[in-house]
Amino acid sequence: MGLINTSRTKSPWIIHVNCTACNGCDIEVVAALTPMFDVERFGILNVGNPKHADVMVVTGSVNMKTAKVLKNIYDQMPEPKLVLAVGACAGTGGIFAECYNVLGGPDKVIPVDAWVPGCPPRPEAIIDGAVAALGLFEAKAKAMKEKAAGKAAEPAKV
Amino acid sequence: MITITNNPIIDNVIIAVIALIGAPIIGGLLFGIDRRITARLQNRFGPPILQPFYDFFKLLGKEDIAVNQTQKVYVLAHLFFAMAALVMLALKQDLLMLIFLLAFSAVALVMGAMSVRSPYSKIGAQREIMCMLAYEPVLILMVFGIYKVTGSFMVDGVLNHPTPLLYTLPLIFFALLYVLTIKLRKSPFDFSTSHHGHQELIKGMTTEFSGSQLALIELTHWYDLMILLGIIALFFAQPLWVGILIALGAYVLEMIIDNICARVTWPWMIKATWLIGVGASLVNIIWLYVRA
Repeated sequence: MGLINTSRTKSPWIIHVNCTACNGCDIEVVAALTPMFDVERFGILNVGNPKHADVMVVTGSVNMKTAKVLKNIYDQMPEPKLVLAVGACAGTGGIFAECYNVLGGPDKVIPVDAWVPGCPPRPEAIIDGAVAALGLFEAKAKAMKEKAAGKAAEPAKV
Repeated sequence: MITITNNPIIDNVIIAVIALIGAPIIGGLLFGIDRRITARLQNRFGPPILQPFYDFFKLLGKEDIAVNQTQKVYVLAHLFFAMAALVMLALKQDLLMLIFLLAFSAVALVMGAMSVRSPYSKIGAQREIMCMLAYEPVLILMVFGIYKVTGSFMVDGVLNHPTPLLYTLPLIFFALLYVLTIKLRKSPFDFSTSHHGHQELIKGMTTEFSGSQLALIELTHWYDLMILLGIIALFFAQPLWVGILIALGAYVLEMIIDNICARVTWPWMIKATWLIGVGASLVNIIWLYVRA
């Protein structure tokens, strides 16, 4: 299991989901993927396919329409998986929190593992958040194994 | 014939096992170097050279999500046919049969991609069929040309031939290099399953494969690479190490082509491959007849 666990932290493939973001955070997320910051150094690839992804990067608040979409994409990702919420809106709903259709951050719909604050956060902060979140893979994998063995149905508490 | 023990059957088994274990290790490293060089060409630092192995083991550890019951069978067929082709190459067997096994392997992946309901996967599979339509005639003509020169379909015949094939089959060698790009699904012919996400087909054929299935497809890709480089090395088999250097050189050429080309459309690919690839091969074979 050691080899596989090491590999998990060295090869996180991400999927970027824009959930009602104003596009500010998205520009910063895409900036983090450019040659200037070169996240492929850490094995991070933007695969754009939930079935191949390990880490979901969510930007923006969740509203009533996008909640279903977000849940659907999350459910298609195979375990172990991480969710990284990027930006103020993905934390609490941000300045849109009081809107009649906004539910709040993605944590209202799916379990979020790490938050990167900022409006928008800098690419360095996003990379920092992603690398910090990778440490949670081991606990996630353990939870997945226990779930498969029928011992515990609880998601990993991190 | 390499003799390790006195029993030729045990010798063959040992050679086959060494090939089956060694090929993916070298293939994975070559892909790692490929990603590193690609990164340097794009003015990036790039992932570690062992990155393909990290990806592979990570995928093995993922949860298995099968879209239907038969999907995994097709993936395993894709892998086993490629392994069989590699064993045939390592044991110096029939080249024609080897090409057919490779075709079976490719067809298995197409069937797997067709067995799911995702339109991305289906379009990717259709495009892969177009790729096969383009490269298969060239591979068959290559085997025919080798037969014309050496008088045998066996890899053994190529190795025992007094002069390198490159001298008599230069145009077929060129056609094979051309086809290598299609077979490795590299730019400009990377449209059935792209190595880079966020294109019009997401991940094409491999869209619906996840976890260990995707890992096995990746493993097959390493086998495929080694088989193709092995066939290229056959073109300069006296001495073989020159052939191996030529094969590595061909792979470096692939990397550079991959990085400087935009993808083309499939009608363009079929026209160009049949015109240039099949054309060059036929000219070479006709020349062999005229010369004789």
